[in-house]
Amino acid sequence: MDRRTILKSALALTVWGAPICFAFADVPGDKRFVVIVLRGALDGLAAAPPHGDPDYKSVRGVLALDNPLDLDGHFGLHPSLTNIKAMWDAKELVLFHNIASPYRERSHFDGQAVLESGGPGHAIGDGWLNRALKPLRLDGGNGALAIAASPPLMLQGPARVSSWMPQAMPEPDMAFLKRVGALYARDAELKASLASAIDTEAKANAAMDDRPRTPEQMAQRMGGYGDLTPLFSGAGRLLAREDGPRVAVLDASGWDTHVNEGAADGALARRLRALDAGLDAMKTALGPAWKKTAVVMATEFGRTVAPNGGGGTDHGTASAAFLFGGGVKGGMVQADWVGLKPGALQDGRDQPPRTDLRALFKGVLGEHMGVSRRDLDGNVFPDSGDVPPASVAFA
Amino acid sequence: MSLEAAVAVHRFGLGARPGEIAAAGPAPKQWLMRQLDSGPGQPQPVDGGAAFLTGGGLVSEFNAYRRNREMERKAGNAPDPVKLFFQVRGAEFQRELAARLALGFTTNRPFAERLVWFWSNHFTVSALNPAAITFIGAFEREAIRPHITGKFEDMLLAATRHPAMQLYLDNATNIGPDSLAGRIAGKGLNENLGRELMELHTLGVDGGYTQADVIALAKILTGWSLERDDGDTGFRYYPARHEPGDIVLRGKTYSGGEEAGIQALKDLAHDPATARHIAKKFAVHFVGDDPPPDSVARLEKSFTQTGGDLRALAETVVNDPAAWTPGPGKMRGPVEFTTAAMRMAGWPRGGEDREKQIRGVAAATKMMGELPMLAPSPKGWPDISAAWSGPDALLNRIEWAKEFGNRVPASADASALAAGALGPLLRDDTRAAMRSASTPGEAVALLLSSPEFQRR
Repeated sequence: MDRRTILKSALALTVWGAPICFAFADVPGDKRFVVIVLRGALDGLAAAPPHGDPDYKSVRGVLALDNPLDLDGHFGLHPSLTNIKAMWDAKELVLFHNIASPYRERSHFDGQAVLESGGPGHAIGDGWLNRALKPLRLDGGNGALAIAASPPLMLQGPARVSSWMPQAMPEPDMAFLKRVGALYARDAELKASLASAIDTEAKANAAMDDRPRTPEQMAQRMGGYGDLTPLFSGAGRLLAREDGPRVAVLDASGWDTHVNEGAADGALARRLRALDAGLDAMKTALGPAWKKTAVVMATEFGRTVAPNGGGGTDHGTASAAFLFGGGVKGGMVQADWVGLKPGALQDGRDQPPRTDLRALFKGVLGEHMGVSRRDLDGNVFPDSGDVPPASVAFA
Repeated sequence: MSLEAAVAVHRFGLGARPGEIAAAGPAPKQWLMRQLDSGPGQPQPVDGGAAFLTGGGLVSEFNAYRRNREMERKAGNAPDPVKLFFQVRGAEFQRELAARLALGFTTNRPFAERLVWFWSNHFTVSALNPAAITFIGAFEREAIRPHITGKFEDMLLAATRHPAMQLYLDNATNIGPDSLAGRIAGKGLNENLGRELMELHTLGVDGGYTQADVIALAKILTGWSLERDDGDTGFRYYPARHEPGDIVLRGKTYSGGEEAGIQALKDLAHDPATARHIAKKFAVHFVGDDPPPDSVARLEKSFTQTGGDLRALAETVVNDPAAWTPGPGKMRGPVEFTTAAMRMAGWPRGGEDREKQIRGVAAATKMMGELPMLAPSPKGWPDISAAWSGPDALLNRIEWAKEFGNRVPASADASALAAGALGPLLRDDTRAAMRSASTPGEAVALLLSSPEFQRR
């Protein structure tokens, strides 16, 4: 028996007493929900330019785009986002603008903590998506997956979740892992973490026969820093499985464009292109499951409307957010647009926060995944009764 | 071997090298503090080769390349000398990283080195910003190492003015909009350094400042940038870029010029919020993820009463009983974990190309979620167990332990290695599991995977 065979046969029976093959027997639906956190504060006016706004060209200066991909005559997409544009054309995209979490300061780290914890303006101890797993009945096994070495705050909390990254190391030796597991009997944190790793690893192995085995193959697969396709397609392939996770969180960083942001070309254009390619890879990997999938892509806050001294933008307030997927009835923009004149801006400088990001999250969790309004207003997003779910529709 | 000596080496050091626990007894606290008398030392190129350049030397060299650029461009020649500079000097990053890790594997002053790592992470400069790559090694050598037992304000000034930080947080292009240069070139403020300096380096995010203060500090720091001729430090103040007029920061008026920036940094260094922020971080690092309020209070008091004396701060945590509880504490970070393994093995034990061996370790720490000098953001690497104990990260640790064990010779004495690494901290169940292993390598892999080796 080789390692892989041992791995499979051992896991088919038990993982320290927990029968994993039945972990999803109780799952009510087969809808998929993916959250992509754009860490570093995405410039929403670059990703989704309001090119029909009369003040757009003048306030954006060197950052103004000459040829955005037009959506509805008023809003467009950055020319790097051709795959997202194709989703728009297929009526699989809803664009949100002037949208922000309830956080009103400008620290990346606090901003991400509010976005991920779902707190009312300040961070709370664990993540909203983890708290949503109980009403989703996804808290019994590895129903949720972080594409990261360790789960980010959004997935931290009482429910057990897993995490996964493409591997270069050899496949784990089950007999050895079991002996290590015995040493973890008195260490609750390490014990739970190892059990979860073994479960996810088995599914990833089954999903990916071309898994890289050497550092060289790994480097090739990773395509260097900045290539998101290995992570995004890996997530798609795990989500596509019948017995795979139903909820996943991915990170894409590199949006903190303080200098030389660029317009149609440049640093931000390259990063958006990598993101766009990653999304397409995930869609392809999801296969038929794409039709059951909703993806939300959001950032901790936006950036200043006008360029700063270095051809970049500083930390701002509202930004754009994206809802897309084969399960989304899209083709429209939701933006309470008030223009770009100084008086319309937050503190005279930032995109104004006209829609609460929690409304978007609640809309998807409610309409697409079936979480009740009571759970959404209570445990999932505490003190959010005054934030109604966004009006979004799903196939 | 005394339990206290083992805790000193394990929790305050970098994991025991052979014989180190014995060396730390019979007076472990003095053993720790004595390390601070001679300082942390400096990383040296691992496989020989040219000495590393200083920050000032690098800036001078950059300026020489830049001057050539004009000449070459006029002559229509390629390649661009500035690109050449970043190619040549950017390659040095690998040597710098190897030297930094190697010093951790070998130093006989591991507590001093731990302090360097703590402060380097506090004042994070990351190679994720390509402009800063070249200067990161010099940054730690010049802005951090000389100050770990000095005054916080001196470290703050050295770190802020270093070319690496000026580039990393974009202050090199922070120009007063009403300054001469600003009006001529139409350039303006960049808030990045001003914000992170208060949020991360001094006051902390709840330390009492507003967006207006961020703008004020950004204005105060206009004109601070890189030397454009030859100079010792690589730093230079340009009056023509400095925002003119009085600037109010947190209720105090600063009347401009370079001195205003120096004074503002000193005021921030001595602010009570800074003492609180640093005390909490220090306690989380050395005492535990959730340190007792008493431990934090003692550190805060030390910081305040000594005016930010960092040797006194280190001594305070060494004398804190809460830091000496013997049970397994927080998870070692990936670099701490792999460093402890290399120290246990008494690296280097021969073999060619030591730099290549270190690159292998660096690749492994990356898979566990950390790589020094490449932090994901100015906040630096996280410093709590939960950041490192995720399923995927843990699996990578265990698999690396197994690979490490595969390289242990069949003649090795695993129980002697365990005794040297953990002394009385080794648990009975781990010892029993090691005894039933089929090879010394497998026993070592179990040792490295055990909770008492994973935690400190």
